[in-house]
This record gives sequence, C-alpha cells and structure tokens, in this order.
Amino acid sequence: MNIALTVNGRAHRLDLEPRRVLADVLREDCGLTGTHLGCEHGVCGACTVLVDGEAVRSCLLLAVQCDGRSVRTVEGLAGPDGEPHPLQRAFSAEHALQCGFCTPGFLMLAAGALESDPTIAADPERLRELLTSNLCRCTGYEPIRRAIQRALLQDTRKPPERSQTGSTAAIRPASPDQL
Amino acid sequence: MKPAAFDYLAPATVREAVDALADTSRHAQVLAGGQSLMLELHYRRSRPDLVVDINRVRGLDRLDVRDGALHVGALARHRDFESPEVAPGPLGRLLSLAAHHIAHPPIRALGTMAGSLAWAHPAAEWCAMAVTLDAGIELRGPTGARVVGARDFFHGPHLTARRRQELITAVRLPLLGDTTGIGFAEHRRTQASFAVIAVMAALTVFDGVVTEARIGLANAAGTPVRAYAAERSLVGAEAARPLSGPPEHHPFARAGGIAAECDADPRARPYADVAYQRQVIAVLVGRALNQACEDLRRLSGGDRR
Repeated sequence: MNIALTVNGRAHRLDLEPRRVLADVLREDCGLTGTHLGCEHGVCGACTVLVDGEAVRSCLLLAVQCDGRSVRTVEGLAGPDGEPHPLQRAFSAEHALQCGFCTPGFLMLAAGALESDPTIAADPERLRELLTSNLCRCTGYEPIRRAIQRALLQDTRKPPERSQTGSTAAIRPASPDQL
Repeated sequence: MKPAAFDYLAPATVREAVDALADTSRHAQVLAGGQSLMLELHYRRSRPDLVVDINRVRGLDRLDVRDGALHVGALARHRDFESPEVAPGPLGRLLSLAAHHIAHPPIRALGTMAGSLAWAHPAAEWCAMAVTLDAGIELRGPTGARVVGARDFFHGPHLTARRRQELITAVRLPLLGDTTGIGFAEHRRTQASFAVIAVMAALTVFDGVVTEARIGLANAAGTPVRAYAAERSLVGAEAARPLSGPPEHHPFARAGGIAAECDADPRARPYADVAYQRQVIAVLVGRALNQACEDLRRLSGGDRR
C-alpha cells in the first residue's frame, strides 16, 4: 500500500505492508532510529512521537493510518542549525537521563504537552499525570519533572533560580509526595 | 512479535464500513482507537483477514447532547471526557472522574469509548459506566440500525451482543438530574494499570433521603456489574454525612458489603484472591458513595452548575 508521510518536515512516499507499525517504519524505512521500541505494548512510552502535533505511541499505530499526516520525532526537535531544543538543553542540565533509552519518548511526550498547553509545567498535578505515561528505570522521574519545568521557564526567557542544592527551585510542588 | 499480515481498508462513510464487515467469510476487525486491538495484533491473539479502519469516517467523532442524553460518536476519544464540560451536570463530572483513570494521556488521545465497549474487557471503566447509566449502544448492520441496552450488551469477557457484521456507531448516555451526586473510586497497582476494581456511584437524594442509587463495578466479574442489591439497600436510607472511622452499620458500609457478597462475582487472580477482591469492592463502594454525598453537599452549598 502506498502512503505519503511527512516526517520532521520531509516528505516520504512509502510502499508498506498494512501490518507494519509506525515505529518500525520510522526506524527502518525512514532511517530515524531515535525513536526507540521498548515493550511494543503501549506501556513504556519509548516510542512516543507526535502525529499532527499530538503525542501518541508509535507502536500502537499502523503506519498506513498516518497516510497524509505529519509526524515529528526526536530528530525533529533540534533547530535547523543543530541548536538543541529547550527541552533537550533542560534534560541535560537537570540530569534527566542516564542510560537514555527512554529519553526520546519523554522528550516527545513533553514537547507535545508544552506545545499544546504550556501551563501544564506550572501545574504539579497535571504534570504528574502526564509523567505517568512513560517509564524511566534510571532517574526516578524527579529530574525529568524538573527539566520540563526548566524548559518552560527558558522558553519564556526567565532564567530559573538555583537553590542551595543546585536544583531548580523556581517551581516546586507543595509537598514532596506530589510526584 | 509483529502483527500477522492482513488486508486494510479505510472507508470514508459508515455505509462503506458496514459493507466491508458484511462478508462474514472473512474475519474482519474494526480499528477505531486501536489501543487494545494493536496489542492483540502484536500478540497474534487476534489474526484478522481484514482490518476496517473507521478513523476516516466523517462525523463519527461527534459528541452532542440532545433528547436528555449525551450522544457519543464511535470516534470520540477518552481524552474528550477529561473535562467535566463534556456533559451538563453530574454526568459530565462522573465521566471526567472516570476518564482520568483510563490508561495515560497518549493512550487517551487515541482510544475511544465505543471501542472500549466493543472490546468488553472486564476491567474497562467505560463498560461499567455503560451499565451503571443504562446506556444505549447504537449498532449499524447490513439490515439496518438497532439499539441495545448496556445490560443486554455484555455477555462475557470480550463477548458482546454486537454481531460480526455490525458497527457500533454511537453510545447514548442518559443525563443525570441535578439532585444526583456522583462518585468514582478505583484501586490499581500503578497509576496507568488496569483497575483491580473500580466503582462508580450516582445517588439521587430528596429531603436528605436516597430516592435512587446507581452503583457499577468494573473487574468484579466476567462482565461489568450493576450492583442492584446494594442499590436497593440504599433506597429510603438517609444520605448521611460521609463516614469517618470504622464504617459498621452505616448504610454506605452495608451497601458495600452487599455489593461485595451478593452483586460481585470475582474470579481469583494471581495477585488478588477472591476474598481480597470482595474486601476491595466493599471498601471502594463505601468510598464512592461518600464521594457522591460530598458531591451533593458541594452542590447544595451553591456551587451548582
């Protein structure tokens, strides 16, 4: 089956078996191996990409379903000059990754949420709910939460304040058990 | 594993979709949100000859209120129910509470209520919601349309009254009156896990006395359960202040016990034997009823929408 797919602004014409999922097509046919496949069951979230701006699991979507649609992967985050996306800079600054396997998924999850509604980073409860979407087995999630908040602050050009422990203190949940 | 090979069709109208399902010599699967079907295809527990993708059928994503009911098109996503504005009054609040317990945001962006009913997983919040609210399920087949009541729709785990050549086109959820309070309580192993048990309740109160009670249980049997015996025990009871402390003899605690012992029919699971599940049901029914009482109190405090 022939489909047209726009990935990170680049048009692809692909001839695909209907049974192939979007994640495999991105990796094998488009050569974009930044999208990772973990569980292939929709649980881990490593394969999260944006389809028409919305964060979805690319393992639970047939590529042929995306005919005529626009996909954004982690390779599409950095600017044209290679300048990292504010989320990528924030993930680095807050040590929001260790092994890095889950990172593309978390970046796209956060990118989708921040682009559709930036206020989410300032709402501890909604940010916590968002972060239940993906699994990270290294960081314990707290640095990821801080990174997403930091990226929002950088986007609005307000440098985050630093606390004595060196972490971002500008926005903190009311109590530590909120995450 | 990767899915086995199948043919794929993306019809543009309901009629084309129904035509595609009409040939029962081929095993066809309807693809709506796909957040359960894709999993089954990966496991190869489902090996259809044909996948009928209804995502390009126009108009199926509609959500509108008319004739005293919320009409939910087959492509309305779980996420559409996150805001209580989805329906007026207590129905919107109840659907919103439940929606936040369904998987996690990326799944909710695609998964659909109608798909959840068609899938008929015993733990599904929407299936229990449908029987709690006496929803009507609209089906379209080659010989015309029909509506099946939720109480007749679910026959067992993944078994429903839908015939193979029929498509669910919409779900009708009757609105709840303004004197109804709602509650939802769920126990699950992690935030995005399936419900171990979920309970939803709607209490209608007149002069401080319960005149109607609706209680639904998810994952308390092979099909979604309507806790009729527990509901009957509440009619005429005082809609008392939410309990604090040991819940003995309180009408809500009694209803929880009845729901757990008489209405539910739990099966042993690896991490939850039957006695444990009954205990969870009793506790959650009490909590959902408490919430419904609180909900009513907030409303009578002037916060009526």
